[in-house]
Amino acid sequence: MAESRRYRIFIHAAAIVVSLVFLLPFAWLLIASLASPVDLLRVPLKWVPSHLSFSRYESIFSSTGDTIFANFRAALINSLIVASATVAISLTIGVFGAYAFARLKFRLARASLLLFLSTYMIPPIALVIPMYLIMVKLHLLDSRLGLIIVYCSFATPFVLWIMGNYFQTIPRELEDAARVDGCTRIGALFRVILPLARPGLLSTALFAFLIAWDEFLYALIFTSTNAAKTIPVAIAEFTGRYTTDFGLQATGGILAALPPVLIAVVFQRYIVGGLSAGAVKG
Amino acid sequence: MTDASANVATAGALPARRSTRWLARTREARFAALLLVPSVIVVFGIVIYPVLRTLYTSFYAVNSPFPGNYPGVGFHNYTAALSNPGFWSAVERTAYFTFVSTALELLFGIGIALLLYAPLRMRWLFRTIVVLPWALPTIVNGALWRYMFDANYGVINAAFTQLHLIGSYKAWLSSPFGALNIVILADVWKNTSLVAFFLLAGLATIPRELYEAARIDGVTPFQAFMRITLPLLRPAIVVVLVLRTIEAFKVFDIIYVMTGGGPANGTQSVSFYTYQRAFSDEYFGYGSALAYLIVLFILVLAALYIRALRSDNYGIG
Repeated sequence: MAESRRYRIFIHAAAIVVSLVFLLPFAWLLIASLASPVDLLRVPLKWVPSHLSFSRYESIFSSTGDTIFANFRAALINSLIVASATVAISLTIGVFGAYAFARLKFRLARASLLLFLSTYMIPPIALVIPMYLIMVKLHLLDSRLGLIIVYCSFATPFVLWIMGNYFQTIPRELEDAARVDGCTRIGALFRVILPLARPGLLSTALFAFLIAWDEFLYALIFTSTNAAKTIPVAIAEFTGRYTTDFGLQATGGILAALPPVLIAVVFQRYIVGGLSAGAVKG
Repeated sequence: MTDASANVATAGALPARRSTRWLARTREARFAALLLVPSVIVVFGIVIYPVLRTLYTSFYAVNSPFPGNYPGVGFHNYTAALSNPGFWSAVERTAYFTFVSTALELLFGIGIALLLYAPLRMRWLFRTIVVLPWALPTIVNGALWRYMFDANYGVINAAFTQLHLIGSYKAWLSSPFGALNIVILADVWKNTSLVAFFLLAGLATIPRELYEAARIDGVTPFQAFMRITLPLLRPAIVVVLVLRTIEAFKVFDIIYVMTGGGPANGTQSVSFYTYQRAFSDEYFGYGSALAYLIVLFILVLAALYIRALRSDNYGIG
């Protein structure tokens, strides 16, 4: 089969090209984080640095006091706490609502789901001013709790949507059987549906984590110190202030990318399963 | 089930049946409401006040972040925006950004989705690589591309001069339109992955037998793609197009970190324009009106897309 051989060569060549396009910027980010400033500012550029050093990473992990490095570390910790809490809360809360949308009949079900999703159309810029004033009143400004509350408000509609679609792919009969055996609806949800919905839950958790980790505008306006500043804000500030310290920019970038990238790589096989329900149903 | 039994039931038994069914339904509705209460609190409890407050503010000449007595101006903030050429050029740029980036993401996304679905050796590795840009935080992505296109030390300049594609280092981000296109490039590089995965999820639902049957009928792969893949992928395409369009129209983060809206406002999106009016100039009333105009634009765009793609342009049948 000459044609299928040509086809095979074509798809592998295309996959290699796509991989290079995606990997090269990452590779350069990594090299820049390890190269010396002299090498990075050289013209013509030396592609392979004369020596590699992990000193920037070491500084970020060990530096104390009010240094850029310590600020970076604080921002990383803040982001981890805020994103994890957002995932935990929005998933716990959203799962019940998603079950209601998937399994229960009630008036205006479709309309209320759309109402939840319509919050996604509102640009953050439209809400940030009044929210800022509320945060001031509730003493939640520059606090991780304030960010968590806000992030849950836009992660939860996603949970309702993805999990609602996912629950619908689980056969109703399994739940009915459990209820015949004396399970309550909630009991069936916990004992039958949720264990089966694990792939959906994992992909939803991944989405919620990325949403929270990536968020920028609210964090920019609401946070000002190491108490709550998240990693996107720290990076934006840093790149604005030290425009030519590319090595440290790259180090920060690598560290900021590491948690979401690791999580995405570990859970990648669930992404398609979680999305497919949404891709079919819309 | 209940309908069938209702059909055979005598006329006298019918009302009782209906009333228990009605009862069951209200009980179910009450249960649904109970399950939804936490979500409603977490989402609307937080969002509803700011939404209304911004609407309210948009009718007043608020020019400081502090509470106070501001004169009501009716629709003046809206008419001022709509008659401001600065606003309209921001809308134009945002429309260009939205259209070009979503079109490219869809185009490349379909291609990569097909590759992800194809019988590749080491498919897991390719999948892992495709996931990477999507997981990269937007701010880091913006900083990365700004660095790569840096006029003095960027790798694009270094690579292009060493390959003799350009004679000397160029200041890529210093022309307004060039900068806008580079922001699009960075956005497409990152977000194509999500589109690809979404479409892959759609591809996985198409029965393989359809392709088998088509091949037996002597249909070429290209024809199979046009007649089977595309029509059956349409629901997934609609969803991902709407999602990406909304997201692209709200674009802010990547512009903030890559260009700061410049040069010469060349990359100033409507969200960025609104941000500058509200936070740099402290025209909060005007900024609120702008924010509502953005919502309006997004609603219109989403409706247009859904309508255009729902009509049977290339349906099967």
